[in-house]
Amino acid sequence: MSAALDFIDVRHGYDRQIVLDGLSLHVPAGRVTCLLGPSGCGKTTLLRIAAGLERPWSGRVLLGGREVDGDGVHLPPEQRGIGFVFQDFALFPHLDVLGNVAFGIRSGHRADRQARARALLERLGIGDKADVHPHLLSGGQQQRVALARAMAPDPAVLLLDEPFSGLDTVLRRGVYEDLRNLLGQTGVTAVVVTHDPVEAMILGDSIVLMNQGRIEQQGAPEALYRRPENPFVMRFLGEANTLPAHRDGSDAVTPLGRYPAPAGDGPLCAMVRPERIAVSPAGGLTARVRASVFLGRAVRLHLDLDGLLLTAEVPADRLYGDGETVSVAVDPADLHLFPA
Amino acid sequence: MIHGRILKLAAMAAVGVAISLPAMAAGEVNVYSYRQPELIKPLFDAFTNQTGVKVNMVYAQAGLLERLKAEGANSPADMVLSSDMSRLLEVQEAGLAASVTSPALTANIPAQYRDPAGHWYGLTMRARVVYASKERVPAGKVVSYLDLARPEWKGRICTRPGDHPYNLGLIAGLIHRHGADKTRAWLLGVKANLAQKPQGNDRSQVKGINEGLCDVSLGNTYYMGRMLADPKEKAWADSVYLVFPDQKAGGTHVNVSGANVLKAAPNPANALKLLEFLSGAEAQKIYAEVNSEYPVKPGVPASAVVAGWGAFEADTASLAEIAGLQGEALRLVNETRFNDGP
Amino acid sequence: MTAAPRRIASAATLAVAALVALPILSVAWTALSAGLGPQWVHLWATVLPDYVINTLLLSVWVSLGVAVIGVSTAWLVTMCRFPGSALLRWALVLPLALPAYVVAFLYTDLLEYAGPVQAALRDAFEWRTRRDYWFPEIRSLGGAAFVMSMAFYPYVFLLARSAFLEQSHDAWEVSRTLGDSPLRAFRRLALPLAWPSVVVGIALAVMETVSDYGVVSFFSVPTLTNGLFNVWLVMGDRAAGAQIALLLLLFVMALVMVERRARARRAYFALSTRSRSAAPVTLRGWQAAAALAVCAVPVLLGFVWPVWRLAGLAVGYDGAAGPDFAAVVARSLGLAGAAAALTLVVGLGLAYAARLGLSRPARFAARIASFGYALPGAVLAIGVMIPFGAFDRVVGGTLRDQWGITTGLLLSGTVFALLSAYLVRFLTLSHGTLEAGLQRIRPSLDMAARTLGRGPAATLGRIHLPLLRGALVTAGLLVFVDVLKELPATLVLRPFDFETLATSVYTLASDERYGEAAAPALVLTLAGLIPAVLLSGLLGRRAGAAEPS
Repeated sequence: MSAALDFIDVRHGYDRQIVLDGLSLHVPAGRVTCLLGPSGCGKTTLLRIAAGLERPWSGRVLLGGREVDGDGVHLPPEQRGIGFVFQDFALFPHLDVLGNVAFGIRSGHRADRQARARALLERLGIGDKADVHPHLLSGGQQQRVALARAMAPDPAVLLLDEPFSGLDTVLRRGVYEDLRNLLGQTGVTAVVVTHDPVEAMILGDSIVLMNQGRIEQQGAPEALYRRPENPFVMRFLGEANTLPAHRDGSDAVTPLGRYPAPAGDGPLCAMVRPERIAVSPAGGLTARVRASVFLGRAVRLHLDLDGLLLTAEVPADRLYGDGETVSVAVDPADLHLFPA
Repeated sequence: MIHGRILKLAAMAAVGVAISLPAMAAGEVNVYSYRQPELIKPLFDAFTNQTGVKVNMVYAQAGLLERLKAEGANSPADMVLSSDMSRLLEVQEAGLAASVTSPALTANIPAQYRDPAGHWYGLTMRARVVYASKERVPAGKVVSYLDLARPEWKGRICTRPGDHPYNLGLIAGLIHRHGADKTRAWLLGVKANLAQKPQGNDRSQVKGINEGLCDVSLGNTYYMGRMLADPKEKAWADSVYLVFPDQKAGGTHVNVSGANVLKAAPNPANALKLLEFLSGAEAQKIYAEVNSEYPVKPGVPASAVVAGWGAFEADTASLAEIAGLQGEALRLVNETRFNDGP
Repeated sequence: MTAAPRRIASAATLAVAALVALPILSVAWTALSAGLGPQWVHLWATVLPDYVINTLLLSVWVSLGVAVIGVSTAWLVTMCRFPGSALLRWALVLPLALPAYVVAFLYTDLLEYAGPVQAALRDAFEWRTRRDYWFPEIRSLGGAAFVMSMAFYPYVFLLARSAFLEQSHDAWEVSRTLGDSPLRAFRRLALPLAWPSVVVGIALAVMETVSDYGVVSFFSVPTLTNGLFNVWLVMGDRAAGAQIALLLLLFVMALVMVERRARARRAYFALSTRSRSAAPVTLRGWQAAAALAVCAVPVLLGFVWPVWRLAGLAVGYDGAAGPDFAAVVARSLGLAGAAAALTLVVGLGLAYAARLGLSRPARFAARIASFGYALPGAVLAIGVMIPFGAFDRVVGGTLRDQWGITTGLLLSGTVFALLSAYLVRFLTLSHGTLEAGLQRIRPSLDMAARTLGRGPAATLGRIHLPLLRGALVTAGLLVFVDVLKELPATLVLRPFDFETLATSVYTLASDERYGEAAAPALVLTLAGLIPAVLLSGLLGRRAGAAEPS
C-alpha cells in the first residue's frame, strides 16, 4: 500500500546552519520521485526527515495524510512504516542475508516471515544467497539485499539514499533499469536521492531538483531537461553553452541570431545544449572547427563562432577536419533565454 | 531481548555481591584491627569458643581511623585493636573512644598501661631493642641507643624506614628523654651509619645481619620469638642476640599494643566482654606464648623464650606523653632525610 | 528520541557523572577546606619536593622503559619474521597478567643482599660484607622503574603493534622507493605515524606508575602516592594528606590531557582506507638472534622467571594453605565479576547515551571517569568514604531521630562502597572499549534497524550487543582482572572479614612471607593470563580480517 508524502514549510539545519529553509513538497503516491541536486543541497536531509531520523526545527510532514512531524509531534522512525535503503547499504554484518531481510518483518510466525523474505530474494534474483553473510556478497548483491530488506515489511514509502553510489559505474547501468522495473511493479511510493541527473532521469517519474535548501524546479524528467526554468536547472541536467544576449525591442539578439525575448527588461543570457546545435556543411551562420573528438555514437566539436567558443555534439556520420568551416543553427525551442 | 541481557548482567552483579557478603551473626562483636590477623586470630577463636560471640574483623595497616571518622555514629565497629600507643591515642583524640571501666579491667591491667578514664587499654608490651650479630658484635659494645650514632658503626646498621610508627615511637621516646636537638643529632649520626637505605620490616633487618649486610639493627622483641619459631628464619635469629639499651639511663623504650572500645559501638557489652577476655589470663598467655609479647597482666609469665632474654628496665616515662611527641619525631625524620639512607 | 525519555536518559547520564565525580570532589573539598596549616609548610620544606621529584623521575624512567621495550618489540614481531616471532607476538603481552607488586617482591627476594644472586656473588668472589663490593639496590627508585617497566610495557606494545598493523604498506613502500632504508623508513614514517598510539600507551603506563602504591611502598620510594598514604592514613593528617592528593590530581589531569590529545591525533592518523598490511621481512643469522633476544628478554624477565619463581615458592611452601583459601578465591572472583558486570552496564549506558545524541552529558561523564582511572586507589578510597559516610550519617541520623530506627551503615563499609570505588576507577576501561566498539558500528546500521520498525532498546539488543560481543568480553575481562589486582582501595574500604587474593598477597608479601603469598599470587596471575592472551589474540585477528563493508 503506497502513500503520499507531504512536506509543509519544513525548516531544518545542523549547528545553527540552515539546510532546509521553509521547504514544501508534495510527493505523489505510487510514483517514483527523485530528489536531485548537488551535494549539500539538503536532499538527504529531506529524506532523513521523511524517515524520522531527523526531527525538523519547524514545519510539518504528512505521511499518507497523517501528521508524522509537526508542533509537538514526532513519530519515531520505527513507527512510520517506511523503508530506507542506505548509501552504504548498512547490512547487519552479524546476520546472514535471510536474517537481514526478515529483520523488519514483524507479523506472522518465524517460518512465515522467512518464507516471505525468501520469496522477495527470489524475486530480486538472489534467492541462492539467503544463507550467505553480507561481506561475501558483491556490491550489486549487497544493494539488492538492502532493497529487499527495506521492502520486506511492505512499507508505505520507500526511501533510497544514493542507492548506486556504492556500485561501480559499469555495474550501475544494468541495475538502474532493474530497479526502475521493480519499483514500477510494486507500485510503492519511492523517493530516491541522487546527485546524478542521468540516474534521476532513468528512475524518476518526476524529478525534484534542489539547490541550497530550496526547490529549483520539479516535474517530469523531460520537462526539466527541455524546459529548464533557470540556468542552474539547465546546467545541472546536462552540458550547456552560455552565450551573451541583449534585448532589442521584443527580441533578444544572440550570436546565433534573433529570438523572441522573454517578458521583462533586465539583461539576458542565452543557453543551448551541445546536441541541439544543428551543424551542416555550409550556408547561414558559419563557424570554424577548432577541434573535433570522436566519441563513438557522436562527434564532439569545439567551434569558433566569431571568437566565441561553442561546443556541439553531432551524429558521427562523418568526421570533421580542424579548421573546416561549417554552418550552425539552433531551433528557437532549443535556445533558452534567462535573465542574466 | 536487551532487557534480558541487562537483567542477566544485573543478576550476575547481585550474585557477586551476595557471595562477597560475610554472614552476620546475632551475637557478635566487630573489630577494626591494625594488628595482623594471624596474630590475633587465635585469641578471637578462643574468645568465641568461650563466649559464643562471633568476632568480625577488618584488618588494615592504615586508614581505619579515617574510616571510623567517615562512618561516625553509624560505624559498625565496636573496638579498634592497635599495635602501638599512638594509634590508641589517635582514636581517643578523635573523640571516638568510649570511656569504659570494669573491675576486671582494673584488676588485669596495671595503671600505667591504661587511660585513667578508660578510653584505651594496653594489652601487651614489647621493647624496641637492638639486634646484634653474635659473630661481629662483642657483648657490651652497645649499651645505649645513643651508641648507634657513634662513627664506629659506620656502614653497620640496618633499620626499617624512620617514619614507621615503631621507629617514630622510639624517636619520640628519645625526644622525651634527651630533647629534640640531641635526638636530631642522633638521627643524623645513625643515618650516616646505615648499611643501606631504610627498608623492609624488623625481621628483614635480622636477615641482613645473618647475611653479613650489617651488624646491628633495631627491632621489636617479639620478632625474635617469631623467627625462632619459624624453621626457615631460625637461622637468622640464631645469628643475633638482643641488647636492651639504656638499662642504666632511663630504661629501654617500650610500647604497648592495645584496644579502644568505641563510642558508636553497636555491641558495647560484647566489646567489653572481648576486652576483658583479652586482658584475662587465658588471652594473656596466648599473647605471651604465640606472639612472644610481654603480658601486661601481673602474674602471667612471659614465655620461656622471652624470659630467656632476661629481665630488663623499661622506660618509665608516660606512654601517652611519648606518643604525643610522635608528630615531632616525624618532623625530625623528615628534616634529617633519614629515609634517604647513608 | 522524543523529549521525555531524552530528559530521563540525560539525567541518568549526569547522575553517573556525579557519582564518578563525587570522590574526586570530596578529596578536593577536604584539601581546600583544610587550608594551608603549618604542617603544609613543614611538608614543603622537607619531604614534599622529594615526593614530587621522585614521582616525576619515576614517571620519566618508566616512560623511557616502556617506550623502548614496547616499540622495539612491537616493531620486530610485526614487521619481521624470526625464530619464535609467532610465539613472542602473543607472549609479549603476558607480563600484564602479573600485578606489579608481585613482581616487586619476587625481584626483591632475588636481588636483595640476602638473596641468592648476591649470596652467590659473595661466595664466588669471597666478599664478606656489603662494603666489599657494589651491587645495585633493588629497593630503590631505579628498581621500581625496572619493575614497573617490566609490568607496564605491554600497554605500549599492544598499542604500537596495532598502530603498526594499521599502517598502510603502500606508504611504507613509497618511502622505500624514495630511497629510505628500512631503519630510516621506520624513523621517518612508521614511528611518527604510530607515535600518538605510543603516547597513549605511555600515558596509561605512567598513570599506573603514579597511582601505584604496592611497589613504591615495598621499595620505600617516597612518591606522592606513597607519601599520601603515609601522611593521611598512617600519620592521620587529613589536611596535609588531602593536599598531597590535590597535587596528585593535578599531575593526573596533566596526564589525562596528554593522553586525550594523543588519542585525537591517533584518530587523525588512522587511515580511512584499508590496504594490504606489510609483508614481514624474514631475518636470518645474527639479525634473527638479536631480534629474538630483544623480544625474549622482556618476556623472560617480566613473566617467565617471576611465574617460575612463584610456582617454586608455592610448591616449596610446606605450611598448609589457609583453610579460607578457597573462600578467598571465590570471594575475589565474585567481587571482580560483580564489578565487571556493573562497569559494563554503566559503561555501555554512557557510550550508548552518546550514540543517541546525548553527547554532551555523556562526554562530560566519560571525561570525569577517565580521571577516576588515574586516581590512586588510596585517594579514591578516601574519596568514596567521605561522601558515603556523610550520606549514612544524614540518612541514618534522620531515620534514628524520626522513627527510632537504627540503620547502622547503609553504604560505607559495605561491598557496595567497594563496588562504587571499582566503578569509579575502572569505568573508563569499559567505557573506552565499548565506545570504540560502538564507533566501529556504522550509524547507518542503527538507522536501518529503526526504519525497519525497531525502537532504540530493540536496536541495542538486536544489533549493537551482538556486534559488540567482542568488545563486551574484552572490557569485562579487563575490568575483572584489574579488580582482582586492585589493592589500596580494597585494603581501606573492605567490609569485615573480607580477604581477597590481592589483599592476602600484599599483606603476606609485605611481611616477607613469600612462600605463603605465592599461591594466591599464582592464582591472580593465572586469572590475569586469560585477558592478556585474549587481547593479543584479538589484535592478531584484527590484523587479518577487516569489517565487511
